[in-house]
Parts: sequence; C-alpha cells; structure tokens
Amino acid sequence: MRRGVCSFVLMAIGIAAVACMEGGSRRSIASAGEPPASNAEVKIDNFSFGPPTVTVAAGTTVTWTNRDDIPHTVVSDDKAFKSKVMDTDEKFSFTFAKPGTYSYFCSVHPKMTGKVVVQ
Amino acid sequence: MAKRVKDEMVHDHNNDGVDRRGFLKCMAWAGTGALCVMQGGVLKSYSLSRLADLGASAPAAGELSFVQISDSHMGFNKPANPDVAGTLKAAVDKINGLSVAPEFMLHTGDISHLSKPEEFDTVDQILKGAKPKNVFYVPGEHDVLNDDGKQFLERYGKGAKGAGWYSFDKKGTHFIGLVNVMNLKAGGLGTLGHEQLEWIEDDVKHLKSSTPIVVFAHIPLWSVYPEWGWGTDDSAQALAYLKKFGSVTVLNGHIHQTMQKVEGNVTFHTACSTAFPQPQPGKADSPGPMKVPAEQLRSVLGITDVNFVTGQHALAVVDSSLA
Repeated sequence: MRRGVCSFVLMAIGIAAVACMEGGSRRSIASAGEPPASNAEVKIDNFSFGPPTVTVAAGTTVTWTNRDDIPHTVVSDDKAFKSKVMDTDEKFSFTFAKPGTYSYFCSVHPKMTGKVVVQ
Repeated sequence: MAKRVKDEMVHDHNNDGVDRRGFLKCMAWAGTGALCVMQGGVLKSYSLSRLADLGASAPAAGELSFVQISDSHMGFNKPANPDVAGTLKAAVDKINGLSVAPEFMLHTGDISHLSKPEEFDTVDQILKGAKPKNVFYVPGEHDVLNDDGKQFLERYGKGAKGAGWYSFDKKGTHFIGLVNVMNLKAGGLGTLGHEQLEWIEDDVKHLKSSTPIVVFAHIPLWSVYPEWGWGTDDSAQALAYLKKFGSVTVLNGHIHQTMQKVEGNVTFHTACSTAFPQPQPGKADSPGPMKVPAEQLRSVLGITDVNFVTGQHALAVVDSSLA
C-alpha cells in the first residue's frame, strides 16, 4: 500500500514539517554543499492532483495550487506535512529535505491522492 | 399510493440529456428544502418547490412534520451561484409559506463553505427568520476545516457526543444525528468510526422495534458513487444495528442532488443543496459545482419545476411559474 511507504522517513522530515508550518511560508532547509534548491509544481484541477506523482531531487520545494472552485487540502498520509484549507487559487509549499516516497491526499476529499518521490 | 406524484427524483435511467436535465433537476431544488411528514410511522419527503402543484396528492397532516435543508455552503461565491445567501433565504421563505409550520428543521451539513465564523453567523441569521425555531445540525466536511470540528461543536454540538453525534425523540420518532466527515483516510470514504458505532448500538438497544427511526448525516450512508467519495466506509455496521426496526429513514446531503433508494426496511434520501448543483455520478470529470451564468441561474430558479412520476424512467421537466 502506498500509505505505508514513508513511515520510515517520518522522523527525518518531522523537523522540516514543523519548520515549514511554523514559518507560515516555505523555507529551504538544504544545508551547505547540497545542490541548490529547486521547485516543482502540482496543480489541483477537477478534484485531482496533477501530476499525481512528482519525482524531485532532495531539497526541492513543491508548491500545490488549487484551481478548483471547491477548497482542498494537501495532507501527507503520516501527517508529516499538512496544509491549511486552500480556497481557489491558494497555494501550499513544502520543502522535501530527505529522499523517500511521500504519499498524500486531500483530507476534505480523501479519494484525491498523490505522491512525491524524493530522490 | 401508486398514483402518488413523488417528490423524490430518482436517478435518470435514460442517460440522455443528462447535463441539462441534471442541471434543471437540481435547480428546481436549489433554494428550497424538503418537507418530511411522518405518517403512520412512515416518513415521506416532499420538495418545497413542488408542494403547490401536488393538489390532491398534497401531504396529509401526519403525526410529525419537519424540514430538511442541506449544503448551504455560505461563503461560496463562484459562478455556479454567486448569491448563496439569497437562495438560502428563498428556502426560508418556502418554509414560512407552509400551511402548517414544521416542528423543526434538520440541516444535513456544509452549513459553511470554508468554516469561517462569519459564514456560520450568516446562516444563523438567515435561519432565525424561519418559523421553526429549532434546528438540528450535523457537520459536513466544509464545517470542520482547519480545527477538527472544534468550532462546529461549540456552535451546534452542545450536549452532543464525540465529534457531534446525538439522538432525540419527537412524537414517538427517534432521530439520530451522525458525523461521518471526521478523520477521513487517504483513498477512503466517509467514516463513522468505532466509538460512534458503539454509541449507535447502545443508543437503539432499548427501543421497541416499532419505533420509527430517522438517521441524518452529511455524506450518504449508502454507496451512491464511491469513485467520487459518495459513500461511507462503515455505514453497513451502523445500519446493521437498525435491522430490527420496521421503519428506518436515512437523510443525507453532500451530493447536491436528490436520490432515493429503498433497501429492506430502510429508505435513503439525499437532498439538494440550497447553494449549487453537482453533476450526476460519473457524468462529469469531477463532482465540482455545475456552472451557469448568473442570470440563467436566477431564471431557472424561478420558473422550472420537475416531476417524477412513479413507474416512469424519465424525469419530466416542466417550465411553470412558481409565483
């Protein structure tokens, strides 16, 4: 099952999750010597995450944009990251520091699922 | 009985003209609610926008009547309906126009669109204008955003158990309000959860099997269309506790259209939204709001009505003045 995959990285990214939520905005946590931070986009259209799976390098900031008329959220299955509700055109960003597979869903419409693969 | 013009609109089996028909079907209900009459222990549900046309089929006074409204989505302001306050007020006007005032109202959730205090305040203010003063609420997923339902409980859940479930009795009928929008799991449907299921079992244990039961919850307690999340994962367990009862009615919202299903002793109804329609299951890319120009929304609200006649497969869409 997808949702089981990332439990082992929970502890590792917990600090990053807290940092992001408390900061209220994205914050790169890549340390010196790592490749420069890059960005990736996920669009929410028609109750779907697109692309449903996004593969990025460690240190990448992924930004979700809700383009539906209905509010959505982005919540990782293990709660490592969790957006506030996003109304139309609102965004949420999270920086993935460590490699792993992060399954997530919309907690309002849980049939909506997606995955971030960090290499 | 067989000749009764039914208020409930059963799913269109013809699969033709779906978009227009589906739209018109729901718009006839947008801005209205459903009048529920308990008669001889059996609950019947009538669209408020159709009552004037029922004539001899008009609902007889039963032991108990109440109104169900749903999915007000206060705060929604997109093209599908830029005036959800106006359509909710229209529902209140219909309710106040009833010859016999209903005893109370049920609101089956999605009171607000974004769980904002001012959205709840607006709905409260509008519903204060309704003759029935008692309103019983259950939350929709839009009412518990960001705070795990804390605000909903503070406003509407005093004395309720858990996340806001409760029961009460009115004139011999036992009403059970359930919460199936909390702790939703990835890939899953609505959820009641173990604690609530245990409570249901205990709540009905001592009731006589002749007691009419009305269950109300936001997300349908039957599998309308799981692909869009229109169902509840553990509803079968809840319904199993109600097997001994002769008359069970389940009232839901969430899908912004009316559907009806009878299964053994249980009759399921879903209500339309007072805010905006959603497509029929699988008939669009997603269950998002169906959009029409604002002027068309208003005109359709005003003049379109829908009949469903028992034994026919198609809905008859009738343009007529409701004035």
